[in-house]
Amino acid sequence: MIELTGWGRYPRHASEWLEAETPAAVPALQSGHAGLVARGNGRAYGDAAIGERVTLSTSRLDRFRAFDPASGLLTVEAGVLLADILAALVPRGYFPAVVPGTKFVTVGGMIAADVHGKNHHRDGGFGAHVESLKLVLPHGQTLTCSPAENAALFAATIGGMGLTGTIVEATIRLRPVRTGWMRQRTIVARDLDAAMAALAETAGATYSVAWIDCLARGASLGRSLVYAAEHATPEDVVALRPGAEPFPPARPGRLAVPLDLPGGMLNRATVKAFNELYFRRGARRAGEPALVHWDPYFFPLDGIADWNRIYGRAGFVQYQCVIPPAAARPALGEIVERIAHRGRASFLAVLKQLGDSAGTIAFARQGFTLALDLPATADVLTLLDELDGVVVGAGGRLYLAKDARQSAATFEAGYPGLPAFRELRRALGADRRIASRLSARLAV
Amino acid sequence: MMQTRKTLLVLGGTSDIGRATALRYAAAGWRVLLTARDAEAGRRNADDIAARAGAEVSVHALDALNTGSFLSFVDGLPVLPDTVVSVVGELGDQARAEGDLEHAARVLRANFEGPALLLGVFAERFAARRSGTLVGVSSVAGDRGRGSNYVYGSAKAGFTAFLSGLRNRLAPTGVRVITVKPGFVRTRMTSAIKLPPLLTAEPSEVGTAIYAAAEGGGGDVIYVRGPWRIVMTVISLLPERVFKRLRL
Repeated sequence: MIELTGWGRYPRHASEWLEAETPAAVPALQSGHAGLVARGNGRAYGDAAIGERVTLSTSRLDRFRAFDPASGLLTVEAGVLLADILAALVPRGYFPAVVPGTKFVTVGGMIAADVHGKNHHRDGGFGAHVESLKLVLPHGQTLTCSPAENAALFAATIGGMGLTGTIVEATIRLRPVRTGWMRQRTIVARDLDAAMAALAETAGATYSVAWIDCLARGASLGRSLVYAAEHATPEDVVALRPGAEPFPPARPGRLAVPLDLPGGMLNRATVKAFNELYFRRGARRAGEPALVHWDPYFFPLDGIADWNRIYGRAGFVQYQCVIPPAAARPALGEIVERIAHRGRASFLAVLKQLGDSAGTIAFARQGFTLALDLPATADVLTLLDELDGVVVGAGGRLYLAKDARQSAATFEAGYPGLPAFRELRRALGADRRIASRLSARLAV
Repeated sequence: MMQTRKTLLVLGGTSDIGRATALRYAAAGWRVLLTARDAEAGRRNADDIAARAGAEVSVHALDALNTGSFLSFVDGLPVLPDTVVSVVGELGDQARAEGDLEHAARVLRANFEGPALLLGVFAERFAARRSGTLVGVSSVAGDRGRGSNYVYGSAKAGFTAFLSGLRNRLAPTGVRVITVKPGFVRTRMTSAIKLPPLLTAEPSEVGTAIYAAAEGGGGDVIYVRGPWRIVMTVISLLPERVFKRLRL
């Protein structure tokens, strides 16, 4: 037995730990245990990748299988890290169609959470670019699933949080890129209305996202910096940074948080000061196009190893909701207002537009998504329960890959695909065998 | 890009260090040959390297304990490689080796006889060609026999001495011989042992260090993590009357 947490370091649970040495070893390990769920690199924030009894690590399933430069199709074992894909294939002129906010995630994990990037409004989630996958079912049988083959199982597995079985291999589509740089422009939004308008306006851009200052109040409530970006062309590189190499290598992480900071370090004053500086710096540079390296552009926090320790030993929670377009403005306004009112310091808050997902219980749906992280204290957990009411009232839902604390009722209200998902799990025998702490908590 | 593609042979291509070394060379544009006892495991690593680097990678069957097969193995290779890296070895179980002669013999053979004889065959061919680089992955455990692992350590000591002699002999021919002492490495072989972070390298670090030493013109004997040179120098210099009382 070992103690496991997600990236947020809250909650903590004991679990038995198994490691698969090869994909071929997975069926026996899985059929031999009940209450098991697969775990990739442990970057889900809450309890999604902690087995109810047994956690099956896929981190040694880290081999590439094949890459076809003509089609951009890449086949890998499920434990391959996005960082490895980027290191190998960006220099060769290929970029994954969708990447989340950290590169230290596995391909299996990205499929299981149907992760989204800054281009969801245009390109959909990670699952939309999965050509096919190999899934080990609860009793050990291995099936190939794709939009054409075993389609219902494929849809349930995209965003299915590992609850249909263990993904051991996948074929994904990459896009050709002409450089490893991003051409970014920044738009200053003075309040929440302006931020949402700017996101709608930049929907034509490949990537678009807003950093939102959750401590600004009154007339500045929801003030944001909106970033729109494209993969840069060689001409962009020549114009904006003459002499730069077209495919710069990955940036090694230089900073690290060597120990747990005292819980009080991130308080209203320090975060407010940070936000003020950050906003002013962004506002000063707004308008002019900038050339940004792919690594800090997509994965800014990966530059600081173990950044989750800044919240101290008690850990933190991520709160990410999506609200349908019609109800988004009032609901998001209320959420941001309540957080600002309590003076809760969210170090990182992000607002973006999402499109729909084909996954049965995948998170993404058309609307606006807000993500913020907060220390896991009793008063924050109470505040989040209140915010759940706002989200449910607006027809929204919470992201399972970030979740550590929502109630089964909130979950059920937000996910209309749940009955079909439960039915499929029963048919597979997964309801008795595949279970995470998350699935037990939410009665999936 | 290189004008003529160079070829690397990794003896022990299914080990974590072998894999990491092969990846480093493939990323630099080399053709890679891997040996494996288990063909499927060899294939898995070869596909991985080929997909990552777009390199040509092939797998060649070899059992490093089957010395009788070595000459035909070398003759059967598609090309005489430019560089050969041996990561062949087996940690074994010291306690078991103390009573089980067969196990002890296996550890001695896997860490000394097999890799030494194999590199010896390539040494003759390289000397005749008057070019090539031989890299032997030995161990800090061979710097002085210690109570906790002297069966493994003595085999590595033999291998280190073999490489030293080979280097001495081949120096005039232009053939380079490099001894690598990785120290602790986070691999499957050591996954059950708790290791000190400062003295423990990732397999990729070892691969990078081997490539830098062999192709960049580094030293003849390399310790992957610097502090090991100091640690092992101190251990080697301890007088025997002190050393024999220590539990190392």
